[in-house]
Amino acid sequence: MVSEHSLVQASKLAKIYPARGSTAEFHAVDGIDFAVERGESFGLLGPNGAGKSTTMRMIAATSPISGGSLRVLGMDPMRQGPEIRARLGVVTQDDYLDNELTVRENLHIYGRYFGLPRAVIRDRATRLLDFAQLQEKAGDQVETLSGGMRRRLTIARSLINEPDILLLDEPTTGLDPQARHILWDRLFQLKQQGVTLILTTHYMDEAEQLCDRLVVVDHGRIVAQGSPRELITRYATREVLELRFRLDERDTAAQKLRTSALATGGNDAEGRVELLPDRVLVYTADGEAALATVHAMSLTPLTALVRRATLEDVFLKLTGRSLIE
Amino acid sequence: MLRVFGYWLTRYRRTWRGSIVINVLNPLLFLIGIGAGLGALVDDNAPAQIAGVSYAAFFAPGILAAAAMQNAFLEGAAGVARAAGFGAYRSATPTPLRPEQLAAGHLLFITFRVLIASGAFIVVMAAFGLIGGWWALGALLGATLTGVAFAAPAAAWAVGVRKLRHIDTVFRFVIMPLYMFSGTFFAVSQLPEWIRPVSYLLPLWHGVELCRTLSLGTATVTGSSVHIAYLLVLAIGGFLIARVTYRRRLHP
Repeated sequence: MVSEHSLVQASKLAKIYPARGSTAEFHAVDGIDFAVERGESFGLLGPNGAGKSTTMRMIAATSPISGGSLRVLGMDPMRQGPEIRARLGVVTQDDYLDNELTVRENLHIYGRYFGLPRAVIRDRATRLLDFAQLQEKAGDQVETLSGGMRRRLTIARSLINEPDILLLDEPTTGLDPQARHILWDRLFQLKQQGVTLILTTHYMDEAEQLCDRLVVVDHGRIVAQGSPRELITRYATREVLELRFRLDERDTAAQKLRTSALATGGNDAEGRVELLPDRVLVYTADGEAALATVHAMSLTPLTALVRRATLEDVFLKLTGRSLIE
Repeated sequence: MLRVFGYWLTRYRRTWRGSIVINVLNPLLFLIGIGAGLGALVDDNAPAQIAGVSYAAFFAPGILAAAAMQNAFLEGAAGVARAAGFGAYRSATPTPLRPEQLAAGHLLFITFRVLIASGAFIVVMAAFGLIGGWWALGALLGATLTGVAFAAPAAAWAVGVRKLRHIDTVFRFVIMPLYMFSGTFFAVSQLPEWIRPVSYLLPLWHGVELCRTLSLGTATVTGSSVHIAYLLVLAIGGFLIARVTYRRRLHP
């Protein structure tokens, strides 16, 4: 998959923060390989502290790499940082918009940082405000915007230089469901236009919606990669049965389930039982049949839900931990 | 660098009227209160002590230099720490601008602010008849240089500061005492003999002396050159260190 034309190529990429005072040396990114092709939507999925943001900063040429090699747009981020940054759009976790300036002024200032002529910025700002559905807010101070609007403005701002790659670090964290959907819709539109997206997220639904291909990162290493569908097929079963029990029943029920045919597989080769603090997950090809088995064991769950497996299940299988704790 | 300067100017456009008013009112109140009030007391009782001029004429260039220091330090320390923590530097970091350019552009803006404030101060001094002619221009440049000599090292340090109260501490225990031992309110020659050599090492003393001799028309080429060289070393040294510390903070 790695080719001369890859927009980003990382090989044994590492970031080590040296020991400082009482804190020990820290391997934030511990030797990862991946490549991102033009027009692709590539995701880094993992829990907080997995090394996603650090990887993004290295790609964005705002953090020097400590090991391995990295090429971005065919250039070396250590030596050609400004040239690389000129062709990237970056949406950081915190938006760092200037609250005292208006929406349009924020776009203008940012465009000037890229050395764009005023007339070009004016044209693009008008188009981008349309795209971000912020036309009516153009003259308002940023302070008055809602969280979703701020995030859309940040994305509009990152597009002012018509970047080759758009980097998005946790683009919808902290937004309410409606604002998330509007944002996904905007990002999907960019994807349709052929913009290359690289995004980090700890939301599996976001990764499923937006990513063509993704790597699952944990403790600075890649633990799996593929398309969302591939990962789910490879690491999870077709269906998942979620059970909740009364507190006093939970432990005995869990014990029974773990020693049952559901856990060891039986005729269901992939079968598995996972215990979470608040529920029990039964991985199975046929959720209804599994539920019938549970009832046959004379267990009475408070609630039982059969659903399709998601990336959350993939992550649980790979790391033994839940994605959002 | 100019793009960064442009950003700070855009922000300044929103507040410049208020800040000019403060720039004029501040020296006005100082000169009326201390120059006329305390000055009358000093002039009546100890006219010979201070270079044979009125206390107001002696005091005004001293506070001009000290105000330049204070403005430059606050903008160079608190302004920079804020920009580095959650402000302008953060939004500019992913752009083609290099950390060095962010430092240079911001320092240029601080220089501009100090120039405006010092200019307003000197206009007020001139209105009181405390300065005039080309000497005024010299004092303006002297005060601005004094400001830069504080702003650059302050920025180099503050870009790595994560707790704003540390800046408060430095202001209280470093900047404020400088007022007392740099000949701002009274001549260093009035301090005990053993403490004077310390004063001559203080950056503010060089700023005050530079501004005062220029303002009173007693400047010598040698004396002024020494003061200017001292302040330039601080300004340039501060900027060179800032190039490193800015990169360390913004490109971790």
